[in-house]
Amino acid sequence: MAVNAPPAETKPLSANDPQTIAEQIKTKFPDALESASAQGIVIKRDHLLEVARHLRESLTFDYLNNVTSVDFPDRFEVVYHVSSIDRGGAPLTLKVNAARENPVVPSLVPVYRGADFQEREVYDMMGIRFDGHPYLRRILMWDGFEGYPLRKDYHEPYFEDEKKPFGTRWDQGHHVIAEDRNPWHDNVQYPANFDAVAFKAQIDTVREQTLPDVSPTRLKTEKMILNIGPQHPSTHGVLRLKTTLDGETIVGVEPVLGYLHRNHEKIGERNTYLGNIPFTDRLDYFTSMNNNHAYVIGVEKLMGLRVPERAEYIRVIMAELTRVISHMALMGFMYNDLGAFYTPLIYALEERELVLDMFEAASGSRMMCNYMRFGGVARDLPDGFLDKAKHLVEERFPRVLDELETYLTGNEIFLARTKGVGVISREDAINYSTAGPVLRGSGAKYDVRRAEPYSIYDRFDFDIPVGTAGDVRDRFLMRLWEARQSLRILKQALKDIPAGEIMTGKKNYQIRVPKGEVYGRGENPKGELGFYIVSDGTPNPYRYHIRAPSFINLTALDRMSKGYKVADLIIILGSHDVVMGEVDR
Amino acid sequence: MAFKIPGVLVGMGITLNRVIKTFQGDFKHFGRRYDQKALDERQSVYGSGIFTVQYPEEKLKPPENFRFIPFLVYDPKLDESGKPVIDAATGKEAIGYERCTSCGICAKVCPPQCIWIVRATTPEGKPKPECTEFYIDIDVCMNCGYCAEYCPFDAIKMDHDYELANYERHVSHIYDINTLMKSSTYHAQIHPLDVAREKADKEAKEAAKAKKA
Ligand code: SF4
Ligand code: SF4
Repeated sequence: MAVNAPPAETKPLSANDPQTIAEQIKTKFPDALESASAQGIVIKRDHLLEVARHLRESLTFDYLNNVTSVDFPDRFEVVYHVSSIDRGGAPLTLKVNAARENPVVPSLVPVYRGADFQEREVYDMMGIRFDGHPYLRRILMWDGFEGYPLRKDYHEPYFEDEKKPFGTRWDQGHHVIAEDRNPWHDNVQYPANFDAVAFKAQIDTVREQTLPDVSPTRLKTEKMILNIGPQHPSTHGVLRLKTTLDGETIVGVEPVLGYLHRNHEKIGERNTYLGNIPFTDRLDYFTSMNNNHAYVIGVEKLMGLRVPERAEYIRVIMAELTRVISHMALMGFMYNDLGAFYTPLIYALEERELVLDMFEAASGSRMMCNYMRFGGVARDLPDGFLDKAKHLVEERFPRVLDELETYLTGNEIFLARTKGVGVISREDAINYSTAGPVLRGSGAKYDVRRAEPYSIYDRFDFDIPVGTAGDVRDRFLMRLWEARQSLRILKQALKDIPAGEIMTGKKNYQIRVPKGEVYGRGENPKGELGFYIVSDGTPNPYRYHIRAPSFINLTALDRMSKGYKVADLIIILGSHDVVMGEVDR
Repeated sequence: MAFKIPGVLVGMGITLNRVIKTFQGDFKHFGRRYDQKALDERQSVYGSGIFTVQYPEEKLKPPENFRFIPFLVYDPKLDESGKPVIDAATGKEAIGYERCTSCGICAKVCPPQCIWIVRATTPEGKPKPECTEFYIDIDVCMNCGYCAEYCPFDAIKMDHDYELANYERHVSHIYDINTLMKSSTYHAQIHPLDVAREKADKEAKEAAKAKKA
């Protein structure tokens, strides 16, 4: 890693080295490879499925981190990142080329179930078909939508120019109201000959349910579809859950997404690199510091920038404070979902408020922090910040966590509602590409901070807690345990933070990013947040993709809630800790 | 364990504890509960008890770094005694020197592109380092603070005034140059530490220059 070279002992990651793996694939499938380089292994389309199977079964690449695609002038490229849960290390990049006309690629869902939503997203945004996908439908856009928004030739409403900065702002910038600029005169562009009356969305179709009868009953019954959301207090935002029920029992859940979709990735490709930092705040708006961190790590890797010591410490302090408050708030939210309205939540939010005030003092804003820059942080910590943080970390938060533990974890109603509910096995949690506390709650010890240490996490002494049962209770406890570990990190960071520079070089708004591509990632409170960035050397990213943990975790919701009662669905969803700003992007 | 306190009692105990704590501040700051001092105390990381603020009667002072909607800074005209002259027509301090040179950096760096600048020209048609028009669409502005951060002339700064609700967006939320211009006296009021830092930087630079020469 260019930001801060990891120490020697974590270095032997050669097991994930693309060249070595390419050799191994070559011996097994002599004509499957197109090429192999440090940038990844390009596999021939027809062999993708068998290579993926081989990687998963024989070479222990059991975890599919990320699926995305890039629109090049002559072809489409589908990019996969796979890694091994036990081995960790930088993910291996696989690529497949698809033709510009009628692009088709075999689906990886038979091998990695976690590819399900991600391939649908690629199909939706880029129009690449996945052969063999069980349910290839639009996921973020609506059914009747025409066009593929992330293709380079697509123009959105309010389109002005391909790249920012727009030439009309300076030096003859006469203000124009944005609405007057909309070439569609409305926010929706309908397909040619669109008949709104005759149009029938596929609302009646339900995804094929594979599970056999869950309630063996001799009465003749019918399944029922229940829509939970999009406006429902317990869906944590505008999320619709199309739930198929057999009586009270859940037979299948299909999350219907996209109500908050704003095509963050397209905006990101129009933006400059620097301009994207405040936009990442708006992904998971509970954890803007972590979002900033993961993004700047990605771009810094491309640029080969080093970050001064003090800035690294500040970043870690901010990221871990965010983790503590995000987890605390979630514990409150989960109680809300169980019907213990607001008292636990308000207690947690009070603590969150203290940290947000500190963020405001440091960065200028409570939630939309926009605090990190390439090569450092925006400004130094204000006076008194470290003392306050020390008090929180050493006295107040341990006390609060103990308090939360005593009155939340042992509660009889809580146990009755969460123990053995929403169970997902370790194998499934990995196969469905879940991340963060959901993955670890099922016993998979995978945390990016340890698997591929970024920033200065390799210096701190902390454990990665894991659950055993993989149920809602374990996922709840994961939050408590992880918050405690974060306090451990914070204690060390606050003790060791050096004085000095907070930024490499001078502040510059013109960022030069060399050609290349990078998958930068960090451990968000919700899981692995990744940024896949392709740079063509211009001031704007050519491709800017986000691996959103909340979004991918939802893939497993169906698997988790089958067989439980509809009332349990609320808490199962609650245990995911979804933030719709990130799910829909 | 022979006897276990029922969970419901534990929970109620915690609630009772909180209820009692909410009165602590009342007694401690008897009659002055809403003073700035009492407010600071109960809002701080050391505080406990009641936490809420009765907005808009009570308001918290935003920290210096707080950023909300940029404004343009001008240096006021000074009279002989060095005091700013008040413009009778507007009631504001008269404009002495507009700092903005119309370099366009803020408009280029602005992520949602909500800054519009018209550069001034000399009668011969040559560009002049001044702006004739300057607009910010504050509904588009995402308060990122980049404009203030990257302006090389300290001409644009982030404001503290966050009460901007209005009935429509097409007129009152398009800030033009007259709305945006605020005196450096105001800037020094809301950003005292920043101004001190700027001044120190300037002096250091000048000292270095003098040394060289
Ligand atoms: S960056 Fe500063 S000086 Fe340049 S145009 Fe903007 S406000 Fe004016
Ligand atoms: S604060 Fe950010 S969004 Fe607002 S005008 Fe300045 S640069 Fe633009």
